Formats: sequence, structure tokens, C-alpha cells
Amino acid sequence: MTETTYSGSDAADRGNDMAARRKRRDAANRRLQYYGIGAISFAIGLLALLFASLIVSGYTAFTQTHVRIDFPISATHVKPDAIDQGNYRLVVRDALADLFPDVTSPADVRSLGQILTNNTQFFVRDAVLADPSVIGRSVTLEIPASDPFDQLNKGVIDRNVPENQRRVTDRQIGWFDQLVAQDRVTAPFNWALFTAPNSRFPELAGLSGAIVGSALTLLVCFVLSFPIGIAAAIYLEEFAPKNRWTDLIEVNINNLAAVPSIVFGLLGLAVFLNLMGLPRSAPLVGGMVLALMTLPTMIIVTRAALKAVPPSIREAGLGMGASKHQVIMHHVLPLAMPGILTGTIIGMAHALGETAPLLLIGMNAFITSEPGGITDAATALPTQVFIWADSPERGFVARTAAGILVLLGFLIIMNGLAVWLRQRLERTW
Amino acid sequence: MATVAEMPRETQTFTTVRTPDAAPRPVKVRGENVNVFYGAKQALFGVTIDIPEKAVTAFIGPSGCGKSTFLRCLNRMNDTIVGARVEGKITLDNRDIYDTDLDVVELRARVGMVFQKPNPFPKSIFENVAYGPRIHGLARSKTDLEEIVVSSLQRASLYNEVKDRLHEPGTGLSGGQQQRLCIARAIAVSPDVILMDEPCSALDPIATAKVEELIDELRTNYTIIIVTHSMQQAARVSQRTAFFHLGVLVEEGPTDHIFTNPIEKRTQDYITGRFG
Repeated sequence: MTETTYSGSDAADRGNDMAARRKRRDAANRRLQYYGIGAISFAIGLLALLFASLIVSGYTAFTQTHVRIDFPISATHVKPDAIDQGNYRLVVRDALADLFPDVTSPADVRSLGQILTNNTQFFVRDAVLADPSVIGRSVTLEIPASDPFDQLNKGVIDRNVPENQRRVTDRQIGWFDQLVAQDRVTAPFNWALFTAPNSRFPELAGLSGAIVGSALTLLVCFVLSFPIGIAAAIYLEEFAPKNRWTDLIEVNINNLAAVPSIVFGLLGLAVFLNLMGLPRSAPLVGGMVLALMTLPTMIIVTRAALKAVPPSIREAGLGMGASKHQVIMHHVLPLAMPGILTGTIIGMAHALGETAPLLLIGMNAFITSEPGGITDAATALPTQVFIWADSPERGFVARTAAGILVLLGFLIIMNGLAVWLRQRLERTW
Repeated sequence: MATVAEMPRETQTFTTVRTPDAAPRPVKVRGENVNVFYGAKQALFGVTIDIPEKAVTAFIGPSGCGKSTFLRCLNRMNDTIVGARVEGKITLDNRDIYDTDLDVVELRARVGMVFQKPNPFPKSIFENVAYGPRIHGLARSKTDLEEIVVSSLQRASLYNEVKDRLHEPGTGLSGGQQQRLCIARAIAVSPDVILMDEPCSALDPIATAKVEELIDELRTNYTIIIVTHSMQQAARVSQRTAFFHLGVLVEEGPTDHIFTNPIEKRTQDYITGRFG
């Protein structure tokens, strides 16, 4: 060892040098931090932009313009012994004639009728069927306004554009304003968005069919992928010998997790529909296809959860004379369960948002009722959004955005559940 | 001066120096020419040893000398390690424990094990102790089971500390209590032999003293084999000591003899602290 002594100027140089280096070091640290903050701000900004644009274009779909009309139910149009065969079209016409006695020409009557939804007569029929005692009296109903007048009421259709460039005529606007002046027009929360199935008419279209369809599809997906995924993961993690075959299986599982989802849709089309002859557009097939898609993720997540169980617990079990089966069922699996459940929920959330494979097996059909079971034709939330996005009517623009918001809401709930479960069941050992 | 650990492998002897007890006890566990391999690497070289009944036998030696490996052969815990292979013969009450028709579950019920780090199941104290009797069907009724749990906790000198919170998680106990819980869990299935793999290495001195006291009490009923890094501990609790070095059983004999009058030079070197 050699003794090193610094002369005064050396020490000063060294001091300056160190100060400069420290400054550079600190600057580099700060820069890295700023890059990170910048990246996160960018991501959050894009997310905020996405939500903002969805909310801006979708919020109008959460209310629906209704018109309160008194329908006189005369016994000539509706016979008490055949209520469902009554002529409700005439009932509606009479009701409007009562409100607008000066509208008489057939063309005007028709264009007046366009203010209300096309299905007005069925709303009246349902009301009479629910309460036959109204025959001979009149019944007051809140009828959804048809899409152009809903848009007019929400200010989407501009009154200042020339008449020939908008979907409502000046006369119709006049009649509608009369209804507004009579305080007959309201815009309550659009429950039909959640309780009604799909419809050709935007003012009547809702997501209930898609929500039930998605729920049934996810149920099938869960019932298939959860036990199969866990069983496969347990075998690979606990029993399989480590050799070339299991390596190959592992590589393939990891690859499958990265296969584009539409490929699984093609598989479902070729095998489940064409080869096995399962029903088209059914949640059963949708669930099977999504299960194929989620299985690799499920296996990977479960294996990670099993691996995270400390070996000391296994040793403790084996040391007590528990068999392998007992160690896995009594100790390892219960301890891995929170991790498995978290992964499962995230996998299910992924499956809920998946569209492409469902398009290929026909779950983008136009279906106006809720599916009654897993073999009934149905749509799912993302495919419903897809159908609406394709529809020309003005009201579907807002409804598409609203549908996306509902889908996102479900996804946020599911991911929140996963986070909550993880925190709740997290164990220390 | 070069210690034996630094000497070339070829110059080491594979023979064991043995000193019998003055009053020999019956043999419980016997190893005959046991070789253990982990893959291509040999971890134990021809270990032959008789372990007496109802006494504490300590395995000492520097890290990696094979003492834990040999201990884990005695209840076949090495079976769970991929690539581990055991040659030779190990008998428990004159029965070969590597015999193909011997049930390893039954063997482990007779040869309990306590690990280095306390590893209670993340369940209640009661469930921890009740687990063994339950899976081996030792309790005919609920009262039976409760009796077994209470007596096991009593024999592990833990009952008085936990009797009011039997249904609280075992992982909430202190380290020393957890280790005694693991001992209670092991004795709940009434084993003949209890293997302890450095049971006090994760404990503080007071907890260590309690566990050692417990080991001393347990030897009236059980054959205990303990692996320890602490020579003082071996001297305090054991009746016989076996010194392992680089996979070879170098010397075994009565504890006081090994510590006061070792015959082998390597044993001397280790005990006097020249290596290890």
C-alpha cells in the first residue's frame, strides 16, 4: 500500500470534480424521473381523452325523451273478450287526433304519428292487457319519442339547418313544440338501456339481451376454463417430470396465450359449429371459444400462484405424512387460491371484452329478446356495441358510446373485485 | 497450517471412528453404507451408523457436510428432490425403509420431522396439531381429537401459553412458540422418531433454551435425531454425537467423549474451531 496525501490544490480540484459529478448524477436521476412522469401523464391523458370522448358522445343515451299521451280505449277498437286482437293502431290515431284536432289529411296524420315510436300501439296493448278495466276509459302513458324527435329534444338535430337537410319537417317541429308547451315531453333516465333487448329503433334498443348473453357466455367460459386450467396447472407444477415433453407443453401454452383471438373464433367455427353441429350464435359456443382463449392465461396464472406457495408449507405437510394429494388439496391449493381467483377474474374480464371470436360464431346477430338459456341465440356486450356502431340511425351513435361505457363499467367492477380479493385474502407466512 | 478441509480429496479417509456407549442402548435406526447422489454429485459417502432408541443423537459438522442430507434420508424427504438417489440400506426397527412395499406415508407418520424455519400451517393452532391425527385417522371422535391436541401441546410445553387462543392462527405466535407448535404437531401422531433439522437456528437464545429443555424431556419417550450448527447445543442436549465432514461420517460416539476426547484429527480441528 502507498500512502496518498493530497496537496491543497489537489483537494480543491477533487472537490470541484466531485461537485460536478454529483450535479450530473442528480440531473440524470431527475431526467429519468421526468421521463417516467411524462410517460405516465401521457398514458393517463390518453385514457382521460378516451373516457371524455365516450362520455361526451354517449351521455345523451342515458336519458330518453318520452311524450305523455292520453289514449282513449274505446270498446269498438278493443273488444274485452279479445284484448290482444284489438286495433291499437286506431287507438293511437284517435289519441293524436284528440291532441291535434286540426290535423286531418292522411299525409299529415302519418307524419304526426312519426313523433312517437313505431311501437306505440304495442305499449298501449301491453297497458290494456295489464289492466283490462281501462276499456271504455282512457289510459295515460309515457311513450318514447321516436329517434329524430329524441335527437331534436336533446339538441342534436339543429333547427337552424334548412328543412330539406334534416329528418324532421318544420310542421313536425311545430307539433312537437306544442307538446312541449303542454308539458307533455319529459326526458327521464333511460332504464330501457339496461332492461330492454335490442331493437331496430334506437329509442327502444337496450342492452339487456347483450348483458344476459355476456353473462351466460362468461358462465360457460368459467365453468370450462377454471377446473381445466387448475387441473392442468397442478399437473404441470406438482406432478409432471421435468423433461423435454413438459418443456414443449410449457412453450406451447405460453405461445397459445399470444395467439390472436380471431384464430380461436375460426377454430370454433370449424370445429364447434361445422363439425360438431352446435347451435350458431349461442352462448354455449361463445363460452367454449372464449374458454379456449382464456385457458393458457389461466394455466400460467395458476402455475404462478402454486409456485408462490412457500416450499416450507409443502415440506411441513409431507413431513406430517400427508400424501401428495393431501398436501396439494389441504395446503397448497387453498394458499394459492387468492392468486388463482385474481387471475381468473382478470382472465374473465379479458374474455368479457373479446369481440373477434364471437363475430365468427355468429354472436353478432340481430336478436330482439333475451336468451333463455345457453343454447339460445344471443349477442354479447362487445358484439352489441359492434352492431350498434354499424347502424345508420342517429340515436345509435350515442347508444354505441353508452354501450362501451357499460362494458367498461363491468370491466372496472371485475378488475376492482380482483384487486379487492387480492388485498383481502393476501396472506403472510 | 492446512486444515483437513483444504486437503485433497484423495488423502481423506472414508472410514469412521466409532466409540460405543458404556451401556449400549437398543438400536432404533440403522444406516448401512448409505450413499446419496444429487444428480451426478455425490453428497454422502458410505455412511454407516447405529442410532440408539430413546436418546438424542446430534449430527454436527460444517455446512455442506451431508448431515441434513442424511437426516432427510431417514424419513425419505429426499424423495421429493428431483434427481436425488439413495443407495445402501436404512432400517427402522430392522425394517428397510426404502423397501418398495413400505408406505412412505406410514413411515413419515412414525418418523416425524421439525424443520429449520418454523413452518406452521396458516391455520389455527388447534388445526395445526389436529391435522396429523386427522389424516392418519388416529382420533375416533371429536373428544378424542381434542384430547390428542391438548396432550400434544402439553408435551410440547406450549399448552399453558396458548390454551386461551387455540383457534387463533398458528402463524401469529412468536418464533419459539411456532417451533414448539411444530414439535407438538409432530408428536400428535405419536411417532417413534423425531428428526430435527437445526430447529433452533431461527430462534433467539431464550426460545432456544426452551426448545432444548423440551428436547431433553422428549427423549424419555422418543428417539430424537437433531442436526445442529451449534456445538454447544449438541453438547447440551445430546447423548451421542456424529461428526460429518464432506459427506463422510468421520467420527461418532458418546457426546462427552466426542467433545472432550475426539480421536480423529478432523473432529478435533472442528471442535476446537479450526474450521467450520
